[in-house]
Amino acid sequence: MRYSALRLIKESLTGHKGWGPQWRDPDPKEAYDYVIIGGGGHGLATAYYLAKEFQGARIAVLEKGWIGGGNVGRNTTIIRSNYLLDGNEPFYEFSLKLWEGLEQDLNYNAMVSQRGILNLVHTDAQRDAARRRGNAMILNGSDAELLDTDGVRAMYPFLNFDNARFPIKGGLLHRRGGTVRHDAVAWGYARGADQRGVDIIQNCEVTGFRIENGKVLGVETSRGFIGAKKVGVSVAGSSSRVMAMAGMRLPIESHVLQAFVSEGLKPFIPGVITYGAGHFYCSQSDKGGLVFGGDIDGYNSYAQRGNLPVVEDVIESGMSLIPGLGRARLLRSWGGIMDMSMDGSPFIDKTHIEGLYFNGGWCYGGFKATPAAGFCFAHLLKTDRPHETAKAYRLDRFMTGHMIDEKGQGAQPNLH
Amino acid sequence: MIINHPLLGPRDAQEFTYLGDAGLINRPYWLSENALREFHDYLHLRDNPAGLHRELWFHEQGDRSWLVVTRDTTTHEITKVELARDVARANRAAEVMQ
Repeated sequence: MRYSALRLIKESLTGHKGWGPQWRDPDPKEAYDYVIIGGGGHGLATAYYLAKEFQGARIAVLEKGWIGGGNVGRNTTIIRSNYLLDGNEPFYEFSLKLWEGLEQDLNYNAMVSQRGILNLVHTDAQRDAARRRGNAMILNGSDAELLDTDGVRAMYPFLNFDNARFPIKGGLLHRRGGTVRHDAVAWGYARGADQRGVDIIQNCEVTGFRIENGKVLGVETSRGFIGAKKVGVSVAGSSSRVMAMAGMRLPIESHVLQAFVSEGLKPFIPGVITYGAGHFYCSQSDKGGLVFGGDIDGYNSYAQRGNLPVVEDVIESGMSLIPGLGRARLLRSWGGIMDMSMDGSPFIDKTHIEGLYFNGGWCYGGFKATPAAGFCFAHLLKTDRPHETAKAYRLDRFMTGHMIDEKGQGAQPNLH
Repeated sequence: MIINHPLLGPRDAQEFTYLGDAGLINRPYWLSENALREFHDYLHLRDNPAGLHRELWFHEQGDRSWLVVTRDTTTHEITKVELARDVARANRAAEVMQ
């Protein structure tokens, strides 16, 4: 069923009785050409692009719970293309361009809103770094604009400009960045993939791989064995656990990242603001809630909930940037599990096992990458060659010395 | 989280900084034939279990000792705390025995 204004009018006149389910609930078949493990944003996008752009046939997405119940449902919904390094920026720019056409492509309202992201600077050194990053972004086809204090004040007059320790000296404005309704991304891709014949199989946990002579033959699941010519793993947060079933160790640690949302307020933050003096970022959802977050907790965790010291740290940072934040009440906080890689950058690569492919290590940047990660992973699954924009995301890059370390922190996952 | 320091008693985890997998104690031998591969694996391919995890914590705001903490990564419950020094000595003794 195609969604349109006409259809909406018709349904509203007939009691909304004609809306069917957005995707089927099929039983698993005996075998597929492609099995994607993980029904999150990345897995569903992979299946969608595999079916649509690469004419892949007989595709299944296996999800142990319900689709969109992992990190695509737990993030702070920001999309952006404001990276510095050559290995990253072309990929994220490709992703942002896919976001820009996503809703028309999917015929689905994902509420893509390019409301602009402002990275604040507080020192001369930060301004220099922002200018350099802005130039790198422009060179890769993205957009960037350096604002002075007055420019920032015109956009966000309520910020704490005259903080004695961290006065706001300007900011790097990325106008094409913004936010997206995150659940709708999973649902839109699921519907699009399903329409193209992809079987989305929920409540189907992968419990092992069947590998013979270095070649994958399929996966063992809670609903029986499913044969596959190629298996793509897209389970960020649980990557180490799943790939351990194939006998692999990954350059990844799992960490918990917390996020927060306040009660609904009248509109006062039109875009996304990030603090330069502490780790804090904030936007306002269309429902009015302030959505914000900060650092990861910093220790390995699979608990999907964090501890109070980071809550205090995030709120302190928020208060020092937006003093008015103290008048809002916090509604909810939650945690999601991140694949923190050893250099802070992701992987989209083949493994040493024939037919087994891996997409993960997204740290806390996986959501904005969803369309391009799906596209590039589908490209790799179909052609066995990396997509042009994702060719740096190799699993062996620590051995070859081609790390992509945006922050320059070295092999310390909790600092990326 | 509260870390029960073997010398100082229960201390808030906020006083500590986190390094990661306690396997980092066992540094490969630098003249070994496969030193490059061994150091690559040592540095980058660390344990990342869902469940009990042995990990290094540094008491930065305290007595500056390194601890090996055994913690469940699915519940954050800490079940065992040892001085990293003792663990390293035990590891070395085990190597000598071999």
